[in-house]
Parts: sequence; structure tokens; C-alpha cells
Amino acid sequence: MENLIALLVAAPLIGAAVLLCGGRRLDRAGHWLGTLLAAASFVIGVVLFSDMLGRSADDRSLHQHLFSWVPVEGFRADIAFQLDQLSMTFVLLITGVGTLIHLYSIGYMEHDERRRRFFGYLNLFLAAMLILVLADNYLLLYLGWEGVGLASYLLIGFWQHKPSAATAAKKAFLVNRVGDMGLSIAIMLMFTTFGTFAFGPVFAATGDASEGKLTAIGLMLLLAACGKSAQVPLQSWLGDAMEGPTPVSALIHAATMVTAGVYLITRSSAVFNAAPDAQLVVVVVGAVTLLFGAIVGCAKDDIKKALAGSTMSQIGYMILAAGLGPIGYVFAIMHLVTHGFFKAGLFLGAGSVMHGMNDEVDMRKYGGLRTYMPVTFVTFGLGYLAIIGFPGLSGFFSKDKIIEAAFAKGGTEGWILGAVTLLGAGITAFYMTRVMLMTFFGEKRWQPDAKGDAPHPHESPRSMTIPMIVLAVGSVFAGGFFSLGDRFLHWLEPVTGHDHGDAPLSAGVITGATMVVLVIGVAVAWLMYGRASVPVAPPRGSLLTRAARRDLLQDDFNHVVLVRGGEHLTRSLVYMDHTLVDGVVNGTAASFGGLSGRLRKLQNGYARTYAVSMFGGTAVLIAATLLMRAV
Amino acid sequence: MSFPLLTATAVLPAVGAIATAAVPAARRTAAKWLALLFSLATLALAVLVLVRFEPGGARYQLTESHAWIADFGVRYELGVDGIGVALLALTALLIPFVILAGWHDADPLEDARPNRRWRPTQGFFALILMVEAMVILSFEATDVFLFYILFEAMLIPMYFLIGGFGDRAHAGGDEAAATQRSYAAVKFLLYNLVGGLIMLAAVIGLYVVAGTFSLSEIVAARADGSLSMATGTERWLFLGFFFAFAVKAPLWPLHTWLPNAMGEATAPVAVLITAVVDKVGTFAMLRFCLGLFPEASTWATPAILVLALISIVYGALLAVGQRDIKRLIAYASISHFGFIIMGIFAMTSQGQSGATLYMVNHGISTAALMLVAGFLISRRGSRLIADYGGVQKVAPVLAGTFLIGGLATLSLPGLSPFVSEFLVLVGTFSRYPVVGVIATVGIVLAALYVLVLYQRTMTGPVKDAVRTMPDLRIRELVVVTPLIALLLFLGVYPKPLTEIVNPAVEHTMSDVQKTDPKPEVEAAP
Repeated sequence: MENLIALLVAAPLIGAAVLLCGGRRLDRAGHWLGTLLAAASFVIGVVLFSDMLGRSADDRSLHQHLFSWVPVEGFRADIAFQLDQLSMTFVLLITGVGTLIHLYSIGYMEHDERRRRFFGYLNLFLAAMLILVLADNYLLLYLGWEGVGLASYLLIGFWQHKPSAATAAKKAFLVNRVGDMGLSIAIMLMFTTFGTFAFGPVFAATGDASEGKLTAIGLMLLLAACGKSAQVPLQSWLGDAMEGPTPVSALIHAATMVTAGVYLITRSSAVFNAAPDAQLVVVVVGAVTLLFGAIVGCAKDDIKKALAGSTMSQIGYMILAAGLGPIGYVFAIMHLVTHGFFKAGLFLGAGSVMHGMNDEVDMRKYGGLRTYMPVTFVTFGLGYLAIIGFPGLSGFFSKDKIIEAAFAKGGTEGWILGAVTLLGAGITAFYMTRVMLMTFFGEKRWQPDAKGDAPHPHESPRSMTIPMIVLAVGSVFAGGFFSLGDRFLHWLEPVTGHDHGDAPLSAGVITGATMVVLVIGVAVAWLMYGRASVPVAPPRGSLLTRAARRDLLQDDFNHVVLVRGGEHLTRSLVYMDHTLVDGVVNGTAASFGGLSGRLRKLQNGYARTYAVSMFGGTAVLIAATLLMRAV
Repeated sequence: MSFPLLTATAVLPAVGAIATAAVPAARRTAAKWLALLFSLATLALAVLVLVRFEPGGARYQLTESHAWIADFGVRYELGVDGIGVALLALTALLIPFVILAGWHDADPLEDARPNRRWRPTQGFFALILMVEAMVILSFEATDVFLFYILFEAMLIPMYFLIGGFGDRAHAGGDEAAATQRSYAAVKFLLYNLVGGLIMLAAVIGLYVVAGTFSLSEIVAARADGSLSMATGTERWLFLGFFFAFAVKAPLWPLHTWLPNAMGEATAPVAVLITAVVDKVGTFAMLRFCLGLFPEASTWATPAILVLALISIVYGALLAVGQRDIKRLIAYASISHFGFIIMGIFAMTSQGQSGATLYMVNHGISTAALMLVAGFLISRRGSRLIADYGGVQKVAPVLAGTFLIGGLATLSLPGLSPFVSEFLVLVGTFSRYPVVGVIATVGIVLAALYVLVLYQRTMTGPVKDAVRTMPDLRIRELVVVTPLIALLLFLGVYPKPLTEIVNPAVEHTMSDVQKTDPKPEVEAAP
């Protein structure tokens, strides 16, 4: 059975190779090949899953060793996979949602002349993401980690003729590289501390290592997670990443890749459990991002950027939960899975709306679309109810558990975290209601596009609506299914461990409080965007709104300090290299004209000098040796 | 006496050089094919060396030894260890691609008057083969004097290659092009000449102290204590050797000749400089500096690590600030040489194995990136980044291969440079954590200069000047595809290379009497 693991990765990898090297011949069938191979990977995943269910809880980990990757004295890295309950969860999410989004893209990218290449990149992404979650050591995980970064770079910049897309792609890769620096330092620290960076041996030996080392490793892993999962302070790339085609935003920048940071922290639970200081930082990062993303999400008029703010915020919940330790790991992953369903669904819905509205993204120019796009409206609506935590739907179960876990942390810390997560739930209800109202309700505020064509909203083709319906079903039922009899808890507990903590409030009280903030959030949004009419031109807004529109000025900070500062630094260094270090001023071509005569003379001179020195040198050498003999 | 295989690997390209040079002026194409044939035959011999070489066997294998200048103890002594074999193979591998990529670089201009004695094409390819012969022999020489002669002699063909052949079109016109070329060639010669002369003094000094030029004899004598050097003497001799190698490698602040040389030379010659000839410098640090002067090497390590660190960061920052594609790649190479030197002087198994792999991988990745850049430049006739834009739309294959070359340069996992860069970092970190951490900044900066280069040249709206640009031709694909395949293969399965290199590194580690730092906690296997 373990031999199937490599096939999981191989299917999409072959797809990527064939589609990217295959040339124009494959233009007609390439998208089907890509989708088929993604589906094949999903089927293999299901086979492995049913096999895993058939074994007892402590005997579910499979291992496949392919070959030794970098064998050097004292250093060992293998191409080897490990499939346990945690990676199984991810495999099903990645290949399942991945297949649906391949299917959706067939319709969405129908008129793009480079569709084959798009599917090649999507397949490449699946393969890299599967390597990331299946690796049995950190170096192989790193390979997958950067592989998904590459796929993300290629897909954000897929429409590279748009300078904004090319810039966004570059920015995403660069910011992620800062995170990668953290991951490589973490691996180096593991190597010097444990002599290995394979999961099993490292986790077994954490008990013997000093807490300082473990804290350092934990913080570096967190830096990596911040980059990939768009957490403060490395969050700035995610909003710009919305330049990519919408299926990419759904798959990579909502459901799977951006959650890799949560996976990394949960996978490294043994390290974090032994390093409480690092855990504290994780929790703080999660809490700050949770609010940061939510506030940004409230101010954006671009539907995809509003959803991106929401993604950041929801991953903030997951990171926070993972930072809580054994109290939260299971719920972090559970929210990750339910979020994968409803957020992917919301993005696909947004894509469907854009598809019908001449690629308009400004929600101020939507309005009243519910009657024109009924399927999109209903599926988006269910995703909306799920994300705000409407009772009975997926988000209700998974988010509620995180809020409970935050309180269960205990002490003042628990109260603060609990309050933050509650506040976040309120803001989530507000901004999602805002998106819902501005898009599907109210009067039509449609504007003709740049070419002067008025939009004719229509429902999207079947290949797009089917994935939306499937994801909506997941958004409705997944949470309840997981929570019934604590199924998900029992499933993951053998890998992550679990601890109930001590909650200062009963679960009922917390759920009640969540309901109260939810109602407040929805009501405020309704007052502002439902009852009052929405102006097409955005109002000036408060200071906070204006800052939030600019991603809370983080980009401005980056621009002034890093971009400008960096430009000045490199420019002065280039100047210095020419003048100071080189000692010879090159000057302009004109001044070279004057120099050329002299240089030519010099050149001949040097060539002769050179020859002379060769002979001279040899002569000296011979003389010296003769002298030695004589003596 | 068995067949002198190592001599043959050097003699064959030398014969090829003479044969190519002798082809009549009118038969230019024949000269090209002849040169290609000889380079491929050399590659075949190099493969034979790889096959005959036993990784677990004696330190130096396939040895040859003949008296040469008996009176002065100079011998013609050859032998290869794993490090030498790897670099020999790299050189033999790259030359056919260099020749094929430069197929039209030395064609006489169409308006040039026919002249029976004017044979630039023949000269170009003969010089390339001459460089190959000398570089290969320098990887094989185990006699210090023989090595010195080759180390110096290879400057002559390189000088003519840089000064005599340049890009077809130049922003400042033909006159400025010729001036800048000869300036670059002179600078190259001058820098390396000064290094060589200082080394000569050290070579003489070494003979005075040791009474022999034989590397293996000196290393053995040092190991068993029969040859002891005064601390001061050893340090001075070390510095003499190291200086010459640091110029060639090149190490900050001796690097400024490289951007000029690589910028003015044609792309294939630029590859010859950075991927092949410069490797002799880093190779010689491993073989001669560490082998002959172990104590001085340890003594100088802190200073060298600082210089290497400066090279890494400084080279990368300058690459970010370049406007000229080829100069950008040159500065990127300076950054990479910083990594190689850092790995050598970290004095750990991972660092030195990583440094050796780095030499090979950097050769392949720079060749891929630089040769594609050359194809691009030959289409538009400009080296300036700002003259391009939107190439991806008109020439997707060219853009794709350029991106892969770039991703290899930024050490993306899955491509071979990642393996070597990570080994160097880990090897350095385990002995000098602070140095290792600072060096990781290079990871971020590399992404910056590669992606900025790609964005400005390949993406965005299509510029008018590139609108009619053709995509890669068959000949160009034949050059690029095998290099990319190799980058992928060695990125996932570098074992064939590490198996050859590891034993040699163990020997070097024992030369300098170092052992790897032990991990804090011994994890259960």
C-alpha cells in the first residue's frame, strides 16, 4: 500500500512535465489531461484513506523510502514520504479541492490561448504541495515549500503582459524568500542540534535539547510560516497575489498553499510544545493577523481583495490555535479543512460573478445580481453563512472550537485571546455581510467596461457551477460531520495529541457570546450597506478606513524603507565599485574615445610586459634553484 | 606502461586547437565542425576517466610521472582525486556547448573584404580548445611547478578571446566596443598577472623550503613530520598562493576585472571565464592552499570567511543594481564564488563537499543562464536590460529556458545548485553560526536580482524592438536542453557526484586535521 504514496505525487508531476514540454499539439486536450491526472491523484488518495481507516489508530502511519537524496559525510537527506493522519487530511483536501478547481478552470480559462500552460502550472502546484505535506524530513519539505512558491509565482504572474501581475508575482516570491530564510536556518539549527532533520529522530530527541535551541528553531519555523501563510509581518504579498486568475486565488491563495504555515507548525508540534516562548510568539502573530486581515477586509471594494483579507484573518485563527499547543492543534486543522471548502467556494463564486460582469472586480459596480446568477448566489450565500459561523454550518463548528480553545488557554492570556477571537468573529460577520449585500442585493450599479460594453450578467457554464455546488455542500456539512462524536478529534489525536485545557466559561456561554457578536456584525453591515444605498464612487472614509484600504500602510512602509532604501544602497554601491574599489573610472563612451589611443598603446605595452615577465619569472626561478643546488 | 589517459584528455583538445587553426580561411564551417568534434572526443575521454576512476580507491589515481627538468626537480606529474575528476568532467562537458553556442560569434562581418590570411573563426575556436587543454591539465597536475606554468599560460588564449571577439552590436558603436574590449582584456591580464607573479615568488619559496615540487611528497612529508615549516614562512607562502587564486576566483575586493571581462566578451567566452577558468582558482585553494599549508589555512580562515561573506552580499547587491544583463550575471557569479570559498574554508565535510558540488553546479547553471542571455542579446543587439520587455509573449521557449537558468542561479530546490548551496550553508553554520546566518541573506538577494531581471526583460507589454524576435532555433535548443536536463537530474539525484567527491573531501579534511563539529544531542537513528 505504501508504494502508492509516490504515485500520488507522480500523477500531477507527469502532467506538469507533459503539458509544459508538450508544445502546441496538446492545446486541444491538455486541460482534460491535467484534470484527469489531478483526479487520479485524488482517487489514489481515497484508496489510501480507506486503507488507513481499516487499520487501528496507532498503526496508521505509512512510510515509503525512494532513494537517498544528498548523501554527504555526516549529512543525510532522503527522498522519502510519510503518510499519517495529518498528511492524509491534507492529501484529500489538496487533491479534492484541486480536482474541482481544475474542472472549474476548464470553463474559466476557455478563451485563454495559454490554457494548456495554465493547467501545467496547476499540476506542478499539486505535485509540489503533495511533496510538502508528504515529506518525512524538513529538507524535502523545503523542496515542496519552494515548489509551491514557484507555482504560485508562475500563476500569479500568469497574465504577465500586465505589469501589475508581473510585479505581484515577483513580490510574492521575494516576501516568501524571507520566510524561506527562516526555514533554512531552522533546518541548519536542527542539524547542529540533533545531527539530523528527519521528522522522527528530531521529534524523539526534543526532550534532550536545550530550550533555547528549541525556541530558536520554533521562531525560525514561525518566520517561514509567516511568509507562506501571509501572517504579519510578511503578509503584504497576499492582497497583490489576487492579480492571478481567480481559480488560482481559490486553490493556492485560499484553500491550500497559504495554509502550509499551519501545517508546518502543527507538524513540528514536538518542537513547539517544548518551547513555550516560541508558542507565545506564534499566538501573538496569529491574534494580530486575525484582526489585521479582518480590518483590511472591511475596507476593500475589490471583491477578491476583500476575500484575501478574510483569508489572512482566518489563517490567523488557525495559527493562533496552533500556537495554543495540544489544546488547539486539532481545531486549527479542522478549521483549515472547513475553510478550504467555504473559502474556495467563495472565490469560485467571485470568479463566476466576474465572469458574468466583464471581469469587473469592484463591488461598488455590482448590486442586485441574485436574480441573474441564482446558482452563484445560492452557493456563495452558503459559503457566506459558513464563514460567519451561522449555526449548523461548517464554520460554526470549527471557529467556535478555536474560540473555546483560546479561552481554555487559561489565565489573563486566555481572556485576552478569547476576546480577540470573539471580536474577530464579529468583524468577520460584518465584512462578509458587506460583500454579500454589495454584490447580490441592492440596486444595480453596473458600469460599462473600458471598451464601453455594458455587462450582461449570466449564470456560468456547468463546468464552473458543479465545483461551486460541491464546495457549497462541503461548506454546509463538513463541520457538523467532523464534530459529530468528535470524529475529527479522534482522527488526528494520535498525531497531534490533545488537551482540553481549562475553560473559564462553559461551552454554552461562549457559543452564546459568539452568536451575539455575529448578530451585531451582520446588523451593522445591514445598516450601512443594506438599508442605506451604496455609492458607486467610494466615500472618503475615516482615517482607519483609508489606512485599511492601503493595507494599513504596510506597503507604504515597505516601499519607503526597503524599496527606496535598497535602491539607494545598490546605486551607491555600484558607484563605489566603479570608483573606489575599481580605482578606474569608466566614464562615458565619449571619454573612452579620448582614452582609446592611450589604452591601445598600453595594451601592447602590457602584452609585451607580460611575455617578459613570464620569461623573467622563469629565469628567476631557475636561478634560484641553481643557487640552491650550488649551496 | 599503461595508456596515459590523463595526458590524452589534455593533448586531444590541444591537437584540435592546432588542427582548427590550420583550416584554410575559406573553410570556416569545416573549422567549426572540427572544433566541435575534438571537444566531443575530449568529452568521451573524460567519461572514460570517470568510469576508470574508483571513488573508494587511492587518493590520486590514473597517475603519470616523468622527469621533466631533472636539475630543478620539476616533474611532469599527473593524477586526479575526486575533486579533480568532477571539475575535469565539468570542463569537458561545457566546451562542446560553448562551441555550439558561439557558432556564429566569430563569423567575419559581411562587408569585410575577403582576405586569405584573415581567419578569425578558426582562431576563435582554436583558442577555446587551447583553454580547454590547459584547464584540464591544471586539474590533473600534481606538480606545483607544472600547475603554475599552466595557471599562467591559460591567460594568453583567454586574453585574445576577450580582447579579440565581442558582441556584434554595441551601444556606443564599433569604436567604443573595441576600446572597451581591449580595456577589459588588459584588465583581466593585469589582475591575473599580478596574482601570478606573487604566486611565482611563493612557488620558489616553497621549493627552497621543501626541496621538491611534488604535491604528494610535500603533503606526505608534512603529515609524518619530516618537513616542518616555520610558522611565519608557512603563512607567507600561503598568502602568496592564496592571493593568486583569490584574483582568479575572484574574491572581493579583487573582483573588479570580472564584470568587465564578462560584459565585453561574447556570452560563450563569458561562460568559459566564469564556469571553467575561474574554477581553477577555487580548485587550487582546495588542493594547494589546504594541502600544502594546513596550519596557515586555519590561521587565515577568519579573514577569508569575512571576505567571502562580503563577496556574497556585495556581489548580490551589485547584481541588483546592474543595467547590463551580462554584468548582472558576472556580479551574481561573484556572489556565488563567495559561497564556494566560504564552503572551502568552513573546514567541514559538508562545506567542502558542498563547495566542490557548487563549482560543478555553478558551471552548469551559469552556462545555461549566460548562453540563453547571449541568444537574447544576439537577437536584439543590446546588453541593456531596459531595451527588452515582453519577450515572453513573442519567444516563450527562450523566456522559459531563461527563467529556468535564473531559478537555478537563485538555487531553487529541485535544481542542482540548491543542493550545493545548502550544503555550504549547513557546513558553515555548524562551525560558524553567525557567518552561516548572514550568508542566508544571499538567498533573498539572489531571488531579487534574478526575478527583477526576468520581469524587466521577459514580462510586461511587448516592446516594438522585440516584436519580431524569433524563438530559440534548433542549434540553440541543442545547447540549452541538455544543460537544463542536467540541472534537474543533479538536483534530484546528486549521488553520482557526491560519491566521487566525498572521499576526496575526507582526505582534505585530514590534511588540515579537522573533524566535523558534533551535534549537541545525538538523535536516535
